[in-house]
Amino acid sequence: MGTIAARLPRTRPSAATLLGAGLLVAVALALPALLSPFWLRAFTTSAIFAIACAGVGLLYGRLGVASLGQIALVGVGGWITLRLGHATSVPFLVLLLIAGGGTCVIGVLVGLPALRLSGLNLAIVTLMFAAAFAVVFNATGFPDGGDGFLGRATGSEQRLALERPALGESDAAYFRYVLIVTALMFGLIAAHLRARPGRQWAAIRQSEVGALAAGVDTTRSKLLALVLASFTTGVAGGLLAANAGVLDPGNFGPQESVILFAVVLIGGAFSLLGAVLAGLLLEAFPSLLSDLGVEGNLIFVVFGLGLIHAISTAPEGIAGQLQGLLAGRRRREGHEGDA
Amino acid sequence: MLSVRDLTVSFGGVKPLDRVSVEFGEGVCGLVGPNGAGKTTLFNVISGFAAPAAGEVEVDGVSLLGLAPHQRARWGLRRTFQQEQVIHMLSARDNVRLAAEELGGNADEADRVLDFVGVARTERRGSELSLLERRLVELARAVLAQPKLVLLDEPGAGLVDEETEQLAGLIRQIPERYGAQVILVDHDMELVSAVCSALAVLDFGRLIAVGSTSEVLADEEVKRAYLGDEVLL
Repeated sequence: MGTIAARLPRTRPSAATLLGAGLLVAVALALPALLSPFWLRAFTTSAIFAIACAGVGLLYGRLGVASLGQIALVGVGGWITLRLGHATSVPFLVLLLIAGGGTCVIGVLVGLPALRLSGLNLAIVTLMFAAAFAVVFNATGFPDGGDGFLGRATGSEQRLALERPALGESDAAYFRYVLIVTALMFGLIAAHLRARPGRQWAAIRQSEVGALAAGVDTTRSKLLALVLASFTTGVAGGLLAANAGVLDPGNFGPQESVILFAVVLIGGAFSLLGAVLAGLLLEAFPSLLSDLGVEGNLIFVVFGLGLIHAISTAPEGIAGQLQGLLAGRRRREGHEGDA
Repeated sequence: MLSVRDLTVSFGGVKPLDRVSVEFGEGVCGLVGPNGAGKTTLFNVISGFAAPAAGEVEVDGVSLLGLAPHQRARWGLRRTFQQEQVIHMLSARDNVRLAAEELGGNADEADRVLDFVGVARTERRGSELSLLERRLVELARAVLAQPKLVLLDEPGAGLVDEETEQLAGLIRQIPERYGAQVILVDHDMELVSAVCSALAVLDFGRLIAVGSTSEVLADEEVKRAYLGDEVLL
């Protein structure tokens, strides 16, 4: 039965995957020495958001579920990490797991009823969810070392930043730490895509009725996707919280959720490479514009044009185009070899 | 044996099925009627995709109504659809293997049913298969993993005569080869009369005739409601 997964597009452990793994190691070792602190931070947050983008891609690319509320789940993961990180001495890696688990609970509570919807209705409901969480984040703020349930410092209390893990105290070390966790989250998603859940999701995306008739428990299968996407997104929130030690409620609004979804479409919702590209588009590309002295709001124009391009000519995003180019090149080389 | 008793389905003020009671015997039975008669609605209720307002659906005395569609599939109820449901991104072989994985079959069984329907264990994706091949892949999935009841919803739609004959030959073999009862819905009365030993006829949600194929095809009310002057026997 194992051969089915191997034939699912973009899940085969190919030479490109191995190349990607090799590149990851090379990047982790070499990049911190080559980059300025500004760019190192940009690539760190790119890697963190690549995890959130992978969650969006999992839901949309595999199940056809357009969730516009994922940025709120990043915030939930960040909130849990900050709150427990300030209040306890739990190791950071355990904090990340707790953040992922807690975000799962929230994601499933909100997402499961929403999964009964589809298309535009689902998108609007999840966007409203993002908006509701933005209101809560703005009203309560993120924990900063204070007491009480919200963990907010008041009066003369000193506002604290969350400490990074011992293995990632410097920017360079934290970049490597984030890359490793990102690789683990990608591995977790890839393992599911290559196993029975991935095959079930392929069937559901094609036709939920057909999947049911083939014996797939579609509710359980969707729930698993929701759990996986929520968990990894919560972990991304935890990483983001420790990156600067604080979180700004203004970064978790519905607008950010829509932009997150847009960059996933542009980068490619159907592969993990697309998630990496989406993470770079979301965090590194604005840094590039800023570095070049270009007006920051131009990024929205670029994303808008990119989205039009993706919807009209490249439904599998930049990643799909790159993979198409590689496949075409391999075919040409094969024909030349035959000749 | 599939038994439907006093089955009523209501969509607002419309009743696609109105107190339908019918028992389908062993072998291949046909369910026919004009468009909108309620045939697919009856299949939807039997397979769990629609809930009845009243009535009962039993197979060998076991009620199916409390089970979700995927549970009915795992129990042994197989179904094909008017709009075929082959997964485009998977090969024919993997389409059947995926279903085997969910329905309790195995890879060898998947290959055997593909051999039965005569589709080579092709690596071509579902999107690259011909209509006949996609119908045959659906039929292969329908006979996987010891089916008890197979519902075929217009499997002959869009096929040319030679292809329909090939399909008819396969459908005829299912009861003996796999031990399953087959209910066939199709508008191709040559296919229906060629493979079905008994027929039930629906018209505007009501059962208007039931009996052996020859009896039903000679029934005057059936001729008036559905067959017209078509000569089939």
